[in-house]
Amino acid sequence: MLPVLDLPTLWAFVIAFAVFAYVVMDGFDLGIGILFPFFAPGPERDSAMNSVAPVWDGNETWLVLGGGGLMAAFPLAYAIILPALYAPIIAMVLALIFRGVAFEFRWRDPGHRRYWDFAFTTGSVVATLAQGITLGALLQGIAVEGRSYAGGWWDWLTPFSLLVGVSLVIGYALLGATWLIMKTEGMVQIHSYRLAGKLAIGLIACIGLVSAATPFLSGAYYERWFAWPQVLVTAQVPLLVGLCSGALLVGLVRRWEYWPFLLTLGLFGLCLLGLGISMFPHVVPNAVTIHQAAAPEASLKFMLVGASVLIPIILAYTGYSYWVFRGKTGHEGYH
Amino acid sequence: MFDPFDALLLARFQFAFTVSFHFIFPSFSIGLASYLAVLEGLWLWTGREVYLNLFKYWLKIFALAFAMGVVSGIVMSYQFGTNWSVFSDKAGPVIGPLMAYEVMTAFFLEAGFLGIMLFGMGRVGRKLHFAATLAVAIGTFISAFWILSANSWMQTPVGYGINEAGQFVPQDWWAIVFNPSFPYRLVHTVLAAYLTTALVVGGVGAWHLLRERTNNGARVMFSMAMGMVALVAPLQILVGDMHGLNTLEHQPAKVMAMEGHFESHPDGAPLILFGIPDQEAGTVRNAIQIPKASSLILKHDLNAPLNGLDTVDRANWPYVPVVFWSFRIMVGLGFAMLGLGALSLLARWRGKLYEWRPLHGLALAMGPAGFVAVIAGWVTTEVGRQPFTVYGLLKTAASASPLEAPAVAASLLTFIIVYFIVFGAGTGYILKLMGKPPHPGETGPEAGPDHPIRTAGITPAPAVNPARTLGVEA
Ligand code: HDD
Ligand code: HEM
Ligand code: HEM
Repeated sequence: MLPVLDLPTLWAFVIAFAVFAYVVMDGFDLGIGILFPFFAPGPERDSAMNSVAPVWDGNETWLVLGGGGLMAAFPLAYAIILPALYAPIIAMVLALIFRGVAFEFRWRDPGHRRYWDFAFTTGSVVATLAQGITLGALLQGIAVEGRSYAGGWWDWLTPFSLLVGVSLVIGYALLGATWLIMKTEGMVQIHSYRLAGKLAIGLIACIGLVSAATPFLSGAYYERWFAWPQVLVTAQVPLLVGLCSGALLVGLVRRWEYWPFLLTLGLFGLCLLGLGISMFPHVVPNAVTIHQAAAPEASLKFMLVGASVLIPIILAYTGYSYWVFRGKTGHEGYH
Repeated sequence: MFDPFDALLLARFQFAFTVSFHFIFPSFSIGLASYLAVLEGLWLWTGREVYLNLFKYWLKIFALAFAMGVVSGIVMSYQFGTNWSVFSDKAGPVIGPLMAYEVMTAFFLEAGFLGIMLFGMGRVGRKLHFAATLAVAIGTFISAFWILSANSWMQTPVGYGINEAGQFVPQDWWAIVFNPSFPYRLVHTVLAAYLTTALVVGGVGAWHLLRERTNNGARVMFSMAMGMVALVAPLQILVGDMHGLNTLEHQPAKVMAMEGHFESHPDGAPLILFGIPDQEAGTVRNAIQIPKASSLILKHDLNAPLNGLDTVDRANWPYVPVVFWSFRIMVGLGFAMLGLGALSLLARWRGKLYEWRPLHGLALAMGPAGFVAVIAGWVTTEVGRQPFTVYGLLKTAASASPLEAPAVAASLLTFIIVYFIVFGAGTGYILKLMGKPPHPGETGPEAGPDHPIRTAGITPAPAVNPARTLGVEA
């Protein structure tokens, strides 16, 4: 069935957009954190870090919009999902603390730079893993009773959620590597090509595994993907994933500078689309739809006025900020 | 096995701990962002080198404080859901949009221009850079606007209805945003941030004056900071008084707790200066009091009657000792700040602002006073409104998530350990930076003696190094 464009649906799209914007922007900067140990201490690490230092805060703000937007537009979903995923969410915000401060702290304390570099990597890995686990746990379903979460505090931990967590780590690492291919030169770039090749194969394998497992998590998913004649539409998604993957591998072998990053983003976009097909119109699978969870119309309208004006403006000045810091990142002094 | 009361208490403690830690950083970065804008503006306007040096000196400190503010803030925005899910479900339709506006109008603005403010001096023009600094400063203010509106609505809820699911449904957004306690809380909190920053800047200036009286940068910052304290401290006391009157109107029980008025006083209530409130017995022991003064302050009439907590259902009493003492700490420090400002005016008038060492000693000692007053103020506000999260409508006990106590205990413990390590280290780095005197030729956060490579790290744009970029594109 096709979505009808009412207020809750519109807001579901806005939040999906915020989540995608978050993945586009923070994905590569978490990925750089994940790959940090693979770069030599000194100039290599410095230039990897510096390629994101001016923008990381803006990138993370999309996460705040995603979370805050969920509370505002779908308070019931926010109230059910967050307690259900208590441990991974707390782990994520704690991990983000470590990696966020590392950007500043490592310069202020050369004596302990190694420790802050370690904090940067660990923070990035844990935050990503937690985000993946959150997604996996959401997909596999949450116990709901009345208007609240009704499960235990370890329900989120399953092989499936761990698989999604690991997949996301590999995916973000690939975004990071392909970003560095674009933004750096010399050793860092050569290194990044090498890493990106392996990561790309890993990610494609993971997408395969997760996609294979998802339809069997619950009856509804199977229906959504394989019912006739929908399958004619839904089948385009794996097809495009295949095309994107092929192009990505070719690009990495041929040493294209920009395409690998864009194609990886394409893969992420398609995965999100797949997620949408699996879940829509539910926010909590099998339990709560976006219409049940939606805030009253007065709340959604009030925010929509602001969002429709402000989000384009935000995108414009975010673009400007990236433009100011465009070009290749160096690591030696220019003065 | 599962004791909901424990989980609730732990969740409250966790929220209080994390939000108090968080607020330490905004109370400094709101003021410092404005101070940086002033310094950069003065530099552009007068061309005096000292302003640029001070700008770069404080910019490095700002970068650290801001980063800590951001990461501790992200924790807050998720904690409403993790620990206060019932509250989020019920109040989300009202509070959520306010916080969403905060993200869209403030956080993106701050974050979008922060990079340029910190690392962009060499890559955009001076005016544009100044615009970025202004954008960050304005962003911090807008952020305070929305979050304080949300908090004030919880204190003095208006403009809502309640639907069959028990959710608060917004009916009049204008009334919600500009709810009765909001204007007072906004002005009082923003002034508090300015005072806090002025005291820190003054303390640092004083420290360097004590060691090197002729340091020009230290002189300029000390003079600016003391001017600010002298101006803002009396204003703050005035605003605080008005805030109190507003609270008396809308949350009388909170004022009773602040004043320690367990009993009603039909003809003139005394002002209890000190004493030991006893919640159980419902009395203040060993009270030192000024007869009728409380009625004078709160009602501007010596003999006006004032109700006490004996008119309030005991189940709805806030915990008086905490409110009573935190209020006294805040007010006491407020008057100490007034004193510092007055002494600095005296010294300035006598031409001894840079020579009078006791003044420098006092300013140094009062450097952290703003933080203490700010936290004490919030404790007064928040503990004073207990046992409600949405005042009079939604009890704190009915707001919490259905979590098991061990889960909350584990997270609380982790928060405490992580916060002390990370923010302890960060505070240490800030103190280290403050310990160095400002000097001519100050470097910004993008470069410095211990990290000579940072500047270059950020993409030399064509304007900076055309040869190199051309080389890449060829
Ligand atoms: C009066 C001001 C004030 C108050 C009461 C609060 N904050 Fe705050 N917050 C700020 C003023 C601020 C700020 C000045 O805008 C910060 C501090 C430093 C910074 O980076 O921005 C910030 C940062 C900040 C961030 C990171 C923004 C980013 O990504 O750039 C989040 C998510 C929050 N806060 C959320 C909260 C929540 C949920 C609060 C309530 C419990 C809260 N803040 C209280
Ligand atoms: C940043 C400054 C703030 C500080 C220092 C602060 C401090 C506190 C403290 C100490 C408590 C615990 C009271 C008690 O349990 O007895 C509390 C409770 C609470 N505060 Fe605040 N607060 C601040 C801002 C806010 C804001 C802006 C909001 C909402 C928008 C908020 C929402 C809450 C809620 C929901 C509780 C109830 C949970 C509880 O009782 O612990 N606070 N706060
Ligand atoms: C000496 C005079 C002062 C008076 C009479 C005063 C009065 C008040 C009152 C009545 C409240 C509680 C309002 C409520 O919860 O409804 C409050 C809160 C607060 N105060 Fe003060 N205050 C004074 C000085 C200060 C100073 C010097 C600072 C900080 C530098 C400060 C910072 C705060 C903060 C951050 C809050 C919590 C936010 C709010 O509710 O506004 N206050 N003050």
